Amino acid sequence: MAEKIATRDAYGKALVELGHADQRIVVLDADLSGSTKTALFGKEFPERFFNVGIAEANMVTMAAGLAAGGMVPFASTFAVFAAGRAFEQIRNSVAYAKLNVKIVATHAGVTVGEDGGSHQSVEDLAIMRALPNMTVLCPADGPETAAAIKAAAAHDGPVFVRLGRAKVPSVFSADCRFRIGKATTLRDGSDLTFMTTGLMTAEALAAAEILQENRISARVVHHGSIKPLDVDAVLLAARETGAVVTAEEHSVIGGLGGAVCETLAEGCPTPVERVGLRDQFGQSGTAEELLSYYGLTAAHLVEAAERVLQRK
Amino acid sequence: MLNQDTRLELEQTARQLRVEVLKMLNTARSGHTGGSLSALDVMTLLFFHQMRHDPSNPNWPERDRFVLSKGHAAPALYACLAEAGYFSRDDLKTLRRLGSHLQGHPDMNKTPGVEVCTGSLGQGLSQAVGLALAARLQGRSSRIYTLLGDGEVQEGQVWEAAMAAAHYQLGNLCAILDANALQIDGEVAKVMNVAPLGPKFLAFNWHVLEVDGHDLDAIARALADAESVTDQPTMIIARTVKGKGVPFFEHKASYHGVPPSDEELDRALEHLGHS
Repeated sequence: MAEKIATRDAYGKALVELGHADQRIVVLDADLSGSTKTALFGKEFPERFFNVGIAEANMVTMAAGLAAGGMVPFASTFAVFAAGRAFEQIRNSVAYAKLNVKIVATHAGVTVGEDGGSHQSVEDLAIMRALPNMTVLCPADGPETAAAIKAAAAHDGPVFVRLGRAKVPSVFSADCRFRIGKATTLRDGSDLTFMTTGLMTAEALAAAEILQENRISARVVHHGSIKPLDVDAVLLAARETGAVVTAEEHSVIGGLGGAVCETLAEGCPTPVERVGLRDQFGQSGTAEELLSYYGLTAAHLVEAAERVLQRK
Repeated sequence: MLNQDTRLELEQTARQLRVEVLKMLNTARSGHTGGSLSALDVMTLLFFHQMRHDPSNPNWPERDRFVLSKGHAAPALYACLAEAGYFSRDDLKTLRRLGSHLQGHPDMNKTPGVEVCTGSLGQGLSQAVGLALAARLQGRSSRIYTLLGDGEVQEGQVWEAAMAAAHYQLGNLCAILDANALQIDGEVAKVMNVAPLGPKFLAFNWHVLEVDGHDLDAIARALADAESVTDQPTMIIARTVKGKGVPFFEHKASYHGVPPSDEELDRALEHLGHS
């Protein structure tokens, strides 16, 4: 595996690049700029950086006002506060208004680690996916995050981007492209398909290697775009491989697993195993311990693959 | 401040707007009467005296912006916009109807002249802060006006935004508080007291003015005074009467979200000298 990069670090750097290229880019944070990495932008462009203090509702709604005034705001805080505390502001001031606001939520999922379940968002994808007009992105690694942030800036409309705290292995190359609404097939295979998002994509690639040793051919389709979901890619992989394992560092309810099941139930009924948090909150621990505890590792994906193959 | 002719003209406009609001609400059979009428004199001053705007070019970048934070007073806003020429007065009959561009609460994507989407209380001041920052970043002389309700300031977000507006020294932001002392469930002071309003905003480092919200001269003076303060946002606390202009609606919380019946409309129009 290549160098490990936290997606939030890639975000901070991408913002600075965007700031140089486009004077309309402004960045807001709610007293977490050192953690979300927006501080990099703040240092480079202090006049276009607004640290609003610990006031997420105001931050998101100010971003809406800035967008209505012609700017392109990126507003960042932890996922639990972005999708949770500021939900109704995102709903009414941003999504309902179709304003050009980018909500970039870091510290999603259990890899927040030691801070514990109060700070580990396992529901943000489900919440944001339910909003009309909202685009929801969840890149796999550092390089894809940089590309996703640029795609979000180029897209005219509300975007929610889910990022993490932990360093993760890179599965994409530095020159990768990000296309909203498109999935990426990272490994071909014929017996089953892993449909994954975020850091679980790297785990799926590792699981596919393990399965290969047992002569099981697993495809890996990464969904950096949760909404719009690449429905064609989901249906094609289901038809061609006949079994699906979804994997996300998120609740199995309403996120990628939910979206894939909705799509397959209507378009191509297929056995599916959903890997994710089983309707439960996280807890304190190291990122690695928590991924293992909640069943979010390559080994768990191998088990899920074996289960789904029995149902084929 | 206002010369005699201007004042008479504005008084006539405000009276006409009240007529439009009452007719619109009666036709719609639902909507917020009391808070639309209390806000109308302030809004008349803003749209027909104070603000620089061009109804033939709603997206003119240098325009002043108005955010109706108390979005349930949408009928008052729509009456102003139609009177100013943003759209036909006939459209007012379609308020709250399926397919109408006049939604129950203001929608920037549907109605010409509406700057943002409001109606969920407590968000307009934050939007106005964002608009004021955008104008400053773009080097524009635009001023941002927003109208809040006194019940609305029970929302905690208003105080987050109040902090931010003063922190960023937004002299181009002027908020007006339509202090009609009533909210849906009754008297603001009894539901959840927000007094003293002036000292609260003073403590948040705002420039604070208090006026009779139905005295056109006083409102005009306050709006001009606000323009002279360049390093602080201004809060104009406009003491108003809910249901103003129609005696049997005045001071009544029961007309917060109730439209006039046919009989009430006739009596109200008669009172306003419009038959």
